Amino acid sequence: MRRERLRVVGVEAVGPYTLLRVGRGGLDPGAPGQFFMLEAPGRLLPRPMSLCLAPPGELGFLVDPIGPGTRALCALGPGEELAVLGPLGNGFRLDVQRPLLVGGGIGVAPFPYLSEVLRRPPALLGFRTPAHAEAAALVANAEVVLEPEYVTQRLEPGRDVLACGPEPMLEAVRALAPAAQLAWEAPMACGYGACYGCAVELGGTWKRLCVEGPVLRAA
Amino acid sequence: MLLNASGCLDALTAPETARALDAFVTKTVTPLPRAGNAPIRIVETEAGMLNSIGLANPGRERFLADVLPRLRELGVPIWVSVGGFAAGDYAETCEALDGIAAIELNLSCPNVDAASESAAEIVAACRTATDLPLVAKLSPAAWDVAEHARAVAAEGADGLSLVNTIRGLALDETTLAPRLGTAVGGLSGPALKPIALAAVHACARAVDLPIVGMGGVRTGRDALELLACGASAVALGTVLFSDPEAPVRMRAELAHELAARGLGRPEDVVGIAHEDRLRHRKPLDLARKALV
Repeated sequence: MRRERLRVVGVEAVGPYTLLRVGRGGLDPGAPGQFFMLEAPGRLLPRPMSLCLAPPGELGFLVDPIGPGTRALCALGPGEELAVLGPLGNGFRLDVQRPLLVGGGIGVAPFPYLSEVLRRPPALLGFRTPAHAEAAALVANAEVVLEPEYVTQRLEPGRDVLACGPEPMLEAVRALAPAAQLAWEAPMACGYGACYGCAVELGGTWKRLCVEGPVLRAA
Repeated sequence: MLLNASGCLDALTAPETARALDAFVTKTVTPLPRAGNAPIRIVETEAGMLNSIGLANPGRERFLADVLPRLRELGVPIWVSVGGFAAGDYAETCEALDGIAAIELNLSCPNVDAASESAAEIVAACRTATDLPLVAKLSPAAWDVAEHARAVAAEGADGLSLVNTIRGLALDETTLAPRLGTAVGGLSGPALKPIALAAVHACARAVDLPIVGMGGVRTGRDALELLACGASAVALGTVLFSDPEAPVRMRAELAHELAARGLGRPEDVVGIAHEDRLRHRKPLDLARKALV
């Protein structure tokens, strides 16, 4: 865990999302599924973002502008600086035989990096609208599913599922693929175990997603 | 002297941050394990944040067996924050503690039901249970916090922690439903700073106990202001969430603030906001001998 001020090198619209690219500085990109805390300009608390892309010398984050913090991040321009802390948490285990990436909405964020590391496995990505589905272009071998259809309707058995998306999607995936690796999300203030804000009840015990997750085994 | 506010740092997941402090204050320990409150537990507000963690902790037995031994290995003086739902809860935990620098009595968590006894009664019960320094953490929500300070001082408290969070509420901008799972939570961050300054200022005049000042400290200037109001030490809370390196930065900024004003050491500025300067302030020492 390391915190540095990094410079924005690119801000690109991907459908309704924004791909924020920053110079990497001395930060390690970590493993796919790990995340970083990004200073949101003008806001008190940083925002957790999983790493989307790790091109040489850069870190890329896919941001959905849903609140004041994420809107401030999307409003950054090239040359501006922000403090970035990471990499944090536990990423996906990569020792999988027949990987299938299953994502929903902004949950596709960690998949471009994960897909590269796993050598472009098939991906099943669900979105609310065709505009949101533009994010699928960031992921190799992606099959897009649009509402009202759900990714779980196309889930084939015998796959090592790595999933990230809204909670109802993760719960549905867990029911169909008990061994799936699921990347969860919760509001958190710190990202490094200090605030206990991100605790979720899983399997009868409470876990801080930031230190024991965000990727957890389903079973 | 620089500490963390209870519940704002886990020394086991961030040992470097803890080692940058003069003492590490644990998350509040209650007699039985507590899962804490249902999510959502954290919400950012206009000038602060609300939390409704609800004293999540492994409980006294597991804390003593598993957590405290590992904290001791860090080489940082440990203050254990003690909580409960009756004076007896607090006293039993105090009795079970040793080999630590101090006990902070959490008398003011806004996220759980308060004990039926008054803060003074709880301090009295703990005083009979331990010789360790007892630091009473008070709420700024009382109309006259200085009266509570006098009451706990009379029962043998060795110091005060001022202030805990204060109850607040935030609504979802679209649905107008409360954003926290428990609806209300504890407000911290910059919004709390003037409230903390007022409480420290009032209690410094009311009692002759060392005070740990906290509430919305983001910069060395904020720390300086708490010292000027009469705090002998400063604790960092919400700022740690955005910056685990805040302790190092805070020391540098405080030194810069002092130098820029031609002031001496931090202990020299304690109480200078008061017209009569409160020169008699005691320093906050981790050894009880120095406190009494």
